[in-house]
Amino acid sequence: MRAAVVVFPGSNCDRDLAVALEKAGADVTMVWHKDTDLPKGLDFVGVPGGFSFGDYLRCGAIAARSPICRSVVDFANKGGHVFGVCNGFQILTETGLLPGALLQNAGLKYICKNVGLKVESTNSAFTAGYTAGSEITIPVAHHEGNYTADAETVAMLQAEDRVAFTYTDNPNGATADIAGIFSENRRVLGMMPHPERMAEPAHGGTDGAPMFASLINALIPA
Amino acid sequence: MKARVHVMLKNGVLDPQGAAVRHALGTLGFEGVNGVRQGKVIELDLAETDKAKAEASVAQMCDKLLANAVIESYTVELI
Repeated sequence: MRAAVVVFPGSNCDRDLAVALEKAGADVTMVWHKDTDLPKGLDFVGVPGGFSFGDYLRCGAIAARSPICRSVVDFANKGGHVFGVCNGFQILTETGLLPGALLQNAGLKYICKNVGLKVESTNSAFTAGYTAGSEITIPVAHHEGNYTADAETVAMLQAEDRVAFTYTDNPNGATADIAGIFSENRRVLGMMPHPERMAEPAHGGTDGAPMFASLINALIPA
Repeated sequence: MKARVHVMLKNGVLDPQGAAVRHALGTLGFEGVNGVRQGKVIELDLAETDKAKAEASVAQMCDKLLANAVIESYTVELI
């Protein structure tokens, strides 16, 4: 699998994501926000966590208008797999690739801890390695993780099996406990929790590892 | 010409900061504050001198970057 991880000024989980992908067997290239084109022949683009552009204006707003993001949107629209973690999820909602928005946590506090997630859908290259309905433990680290969308959008996401993960004990006020969602073609996943930080025993757990393993399985060139 | 853009969370979108400010006002003894909503003000210094063109241009800026239509509404004031 050929993967690229986008780096913005203020990204701080770009290396973590690259290492998790490499450990699973991906060939990873880092791309800079000012690059206009993604490398040729990519199977996957990762948009990492962090505080791109200092969270100025709105989290992810400036990054979503950067030159590389135009290429990421094109890549997704052509059927490419794109994964946004935390700030990456915020960026993907700002580009319009995913519906809804991430508001400040309902409790107003930055939350950095392990949380329980329920695997809601295994129907994707990202989640095929999990068991539907199982509970996994993955860390969150965010101040704006409160997923919000209008009632129609939430009903559509649920009806189309596009909720990937829900929180077992909602830490941030997210609508319908939503922690991660898919695009309509199920090839774009955005989620607030960080599977790349729970991907090897030294992290204190490996519940994030099946995601990277399933991606590799699904996206190995035929 | 200058433009002032007010960006507010839409009605119905939870504003925990506003709620916290309201609570703090109550603690200070200011009673009867039924609600607080917190937004932001963005001032733009524009080269454009035509009012209609400036308004149209700022509206585009709001739609494309300054406000997120999913959660925010905006008003533009030329000054």
